[in-house]
Order: sequence, then C-alpha cells, then structure tokens
Amino acid sequence: MTIRQTILKKGKGILNVYCTAGYPTLDSTVTILNSLSDQGVDLIELGMPYSDPLADGTTIQESSQVALKNGLSLDILFDQIRQAREYTQTPIIAMGYYNQMLQYGVERFLSIAHDVGIQGLIIPDIPMDIYERDYQVLFEKYNMEISFLITPLTSDLRVQQADRLSTAFIYVVSQTSITGKSGEISDAQKQYFERIAAMNLESPRLIGFGIHDRATYEQACNYSHGAIVGSAFIRALDAEDVEGSIESFVSSLR
Amino acid sequence: MTAISKYAVSEDGYYGEFGGRFIPEMLYANIENLRKVYLEISQEADFQIEFQSLLRDYVGRPSPLYLSKKLSIKHGASIYLKREDLNHTGAHKINNTIGQILLAQRLGKHRIIAETGAGQHGVATATVCALMGLDCIVYMGEVDIARQAPNVARMRMLGAEVRPATSGSKTLKDATNEAIRDWINNAEDTHYIIGSAIGPHPYPDMVTRFQSVISEEIKLQLEDKTGNAYPDYVIACVGGGSNAAGAFYHFLDHEKTKLILAEAAGEGIDSGRSAATSILGTKGVIHGCKTLLMQTSDGQIVEPHSISAGLDYPGIGPLHAHLIDTGRATVYPATDEEAIQAMLYLSREEGIIPALETAHALAILDQMKFKESDTIVLCLSGRGDKDLNTIMNYLDNQ
Repeated sequence: MTIRQTILKKGKGILNVYCTAGYPTLDSTVTILNSLSDQGVDLIELGMPYSDPLADGTTIQESSQVALKNGLSLDILFDQIRQAREYTQTPIIAMGYYNQMLQYGVERFLSIAHDVGIQGLIIPDIPMDIYERDYQVLFEKYNMEISFLITPLTSDLRVQQADRLSTAFIYVVSQTSITGKSGEISDAQKQYFERIAAMNLESPRLIGFGIHDRATYEQACNYSHGAIVGSAFIRALDAEDVEGSIESFVSSLR
Repeated sequence: MTAISKYAVSEDGYYGEFGGRFIPEMLYANIENLRKVYLEISQEADFQIEFQSLLRDYVGRPSPLYLSKKLSIKHGASIYLKREDLNHTGAHKINNTIGQILLAQRLGKHRIIAETGAGQHGVATATVCALMGLDCIVYMGEVDIARQAPNVARMRMLGAEVRPATSGSKTLKDATNEAIRDWINNAEDTHYIIGSAIGPHPYPDMVTRFQSVISEEIKLQLEDKTGNAYPDYVIACVGGGSNAAGAFYHFLDHEKTKLILAEAAGEGIDSGRSAATSILGTKGVIHGCKTLLMQTSDGQIVEPHSISAGLDYPGIGPLHAHLIDTGRATVYPATDEEAIQAMLYLSREEGIIPALETAHALAILDQMKFKESDTIVLCLSGRGDKDLNTIMNYLDNQ
C-alpha cells in the first residue's frame, strides 16, 4: 500500500512518529522502527541527520548531531532500513535536506531509497517549482511519494500547488515556527486548520510541528487526517530502555 | 549605472548555475515579498535621497582612495587602498545595513535580526537599529563572541542583544542558522539583515547592490587620480563575499580589470583546519543558495577554520562561485600566519591597522606578479581594533 492509501484507508487519527536515524545510538534505528511498528503507529518519519537542519529546533538539532557523531551515514541508514524491512511493513518516510540528496546524487538516492523500502520523502528546502521542473519525473520513476509543507502564511495558490504536487500527504505546519514548540493549540491555529480543511484538497493532510501530547494530537486529528509527532518523541526516548520508552510514549498519545 | 549583463543575477535569482532560493516553506512568504519589492523600493527617489545622505553624512562617504607608497614600492606597481576601514563603525558592512534598515522600515518591520562573524556586521546592524529605533538581536557564534570581545561590547553599548550560537562549530555558519530559525519563528514582524552576499535570492543581489557604492566611488576616484577609471586589478578578501562583491560590481563587465579574491587557508589548505572554499569546496546548497561549499560526500557541511572570524565560513556567495567558475575571478589563499604578517606590515609601514579579514587580501600580494604600469585597488574592508586580542595571543604563543 502507498502512504496515501494507508492514510485514506484509515481515514482519520493517523499517527506519524518522527525519529532521527542513528539516535540515541547508531544501532537504535532498527529497534525504534520495529518497536514503533509494534506499537501500531501508522507511519514513520525517519530523519536523515543533517549538520545544518534549518527548519528544526534544538531537540532535533541535538539528536542529529549525536547521530552524526555516532557515525551515521546515508549508506548505514539505508542498511538499517533494509534490516528493519525484514520485520516491519509500516510505511517509512525519510526526512532530510536537499544538499544530502544532491551530494549523494538525486537519482542514485531515489533508486537506493526505493530498493531498501523507503516509500516517501520530505525535503523541506526543495522548492516546489524546482521539484516539478527537475525531479518529479525521477520521483515517479522510483515510485517515491513526496509531501510538501504549507504554513499559516502559505497563499491559497501555493496550497493548491502543494496539493497538486504532493503524492503522499500535505504536511500542514501548525504554526510559523521551527520544530519542537510546546503549548496549546490556539484559536488562530484552529482557524487556519479549518481554512485548509475547507479547501477540499485532494491530498490527505497531516498536521505537524508542536504536536507533543494527547491533547494536541487529538486536536490536530479533529482538523485533519492525523498528526506528526517528532521532538516530543525524541525527548521521550530513553537510551537505556528504548522499547519501553516507545511503548509508554505511544500509549500516552492514544 | 552601466548595464551589468553577463554576471548579473537572473530573474529567478541565479548567477549561472549558482544562487536560487532553497528555503523551507516557513520562509517563503517573507523572501518572496522581499524579492518582489527590493528593487522597486530601493530605486524610489525618497529611498535614494535618504540612503545617499546617510552614506555621506552618517557613514562619512566617499571613503578615501589612498595610494600606499610603501606597498607600491614593495610590489612594483601602483597600489591603492580603498579605505572602507574609515567608515563609521570601521568597515564596509554599514553600507548594506543602512540600505536594508531603510528597506525594513518601508516593509513595516520593527524587529531586526542579524548574524555576525567578526562582529562588524553585528555592530553595523546594531548601529542602524539604534539610529532608527528598532529592536536588534544579533546572533554570534560562541567562539566568535570570545575572540571578538570588543565588538560584542560595542553591540551591547548600542542597545542590541547578542545571542550566542552554541551549535556546530559555534562560528558564522551556526550564527546564520540561528538567525534563520529566529526568522522562521518571527516571520511577520521581523526583517533579517544578512551581512554577506549569501543566502536565498534576493539577498546576494540586494547586498551586492548596497555595497556597490564601493566600486562606484573607486571608478570616480581613480579617474580623478590617474585619468583612467579602470584599474588592472581589484583585490578583496572573501568569506561570504560582501566587500568583494561591492568592490567588483562596476568592473564585472570590464574584463580587462582582473578580479582577485583572497580566501582564508587557515593553518594550510591540507591541514584540515582551513576555510579555502574555492579549493576545498564543491557545489551544493548552504543557507538557501546553491554555491561552492566545504562538505562531505554525504552532504554534511564541514566546519571551517580561519583565525579571522569574518572569513571562517564554509561557503562563498553565489556571485563569487559564478565568477570563479567562469574564470572571471581568480582566488589566492592566504594562511593565518601570512595574514598576521601582512597585518603587522601595514600597521608598521603605513600606520594603518587593518582587520584580519582584510589582511588576507594584503597577504596575497606576495603571491602575485605585477607590471610596473599596473594599477591595483585593494579593498581595505575594515579596521583591526577588534582583532588586537587575537594578535597579541598569537604573538605571545610564538
């Protein structure tokens, strides 16, 4: 099943959990992927740690630095996904930055990513027009789904463009901020979620950034097909008891 | 203004294959708005009147073009120094911050953020914010806060808040990351004054245009002094590349004027502690633009090293990447040691203490061969008061 089919089949309450590959230890990745799958999360967003993650707050920055220090490279990450695929079929979406793909070679990256079982990508700093001009055909060739981000400041026209180009889901960034904010969902955010919901987009919508507990997760689900939890999960991960901390975190959300 | 053709930025923000805007959606609205209005606003009559009068009466422009007899004799050619160190705040950086603060006012922004390496851009930003009554937050790497303490104190005197960047190498790259994250978090009320000719379009072009006053004046002053507006060489140091961009701008299409960049080799190009981007760098994306940068085969950005905080940057402005790629500009590296020797030379022979950044441009003179008839203009981008601690420590350790 594609990522989009997975979301549409369930229809609502999708839980997409973000984790950073190679964190807290180099070998944690496979355990975390399998364990998230055991806990029944619907999608997994696997961060490809980057030295300069512009859109990320302190938590994901630090986890990325640790992962790089642990020696994680893209080739190791691909191997880890290959291993996890022997156990879990939960869709995996890799998240990273454009320069990583560019240096690896975009086609080589897509080809290997597809082979090891990555189904989708989120690359926040690839502009939509560049994607459409240079990469859309390649993404289609390797059956790689993509999700574009929208924010409260994104014009309707660009929301429609994101809808047209996204093949997995639209990533609804809950506020104009980097990742990792905590706090309640404001009335202004609710109005924004309603405005986007009312646009009758073709793509399913997942809300992310600042979704950190049951209350924010449930509220996000009320306005969309589901939510993405990242920094809160990274903070909850216990290196001493990875599986236990994942079980208690996921059950705290739903 | 002459029409700049071959090396001008394209409609969508490219210099050849370099430039563009590779930014997360969170920044799109701000950057797109800036792109739409920056040329129009900065060319309006009232903007130009205010900009020009501030450059004249507040900054002290035109900055002198000084014939250095000692350097001329030493290198066997006529060597002129474009004295940007004599600007208010002590460097070329203020040309751009005056331009951008006027733009920010017209965009209705009341909060200003900036990144800084050596602190010169931070001081120049804090200065214009004090002048215009806008809130100012300057991001600066923790390492740079320590080595450029006088500039940190100046920023605080001017009422700015200096926030340390504690990630990565804790230098200019990381300060830039933090400033970009601040802008994502405060997209609506904040303008980000980038100090280098880097970043997503329109920043490289905007900064270059505001700095182009340097080459505009060089032409007039050189014509006045020698009867020929066009030098044989223009030499400038390059980190991100704002003083070089400004010093080159009006000579870009005059191919007889050779454009020379001095980059920081740190402890040596192969030492593992260098910031020689043109040699060690490959094509990639940093801080929203495609350019040359120091990186691993996995695309991780490498932490650079230079004794000069202003050149301690793993990338280079996209205009410069294009000039290098096309052969229009030539790059010479200078090590920490060579820069210090050049700094000492100018201090003791000409009574001018240049910034460590500028000293790299002076240092590469030794690697070049000139004809006696050659006219050289070297952009003396800033003064060196801020570097005295670094130099004294370095000399004490010798």
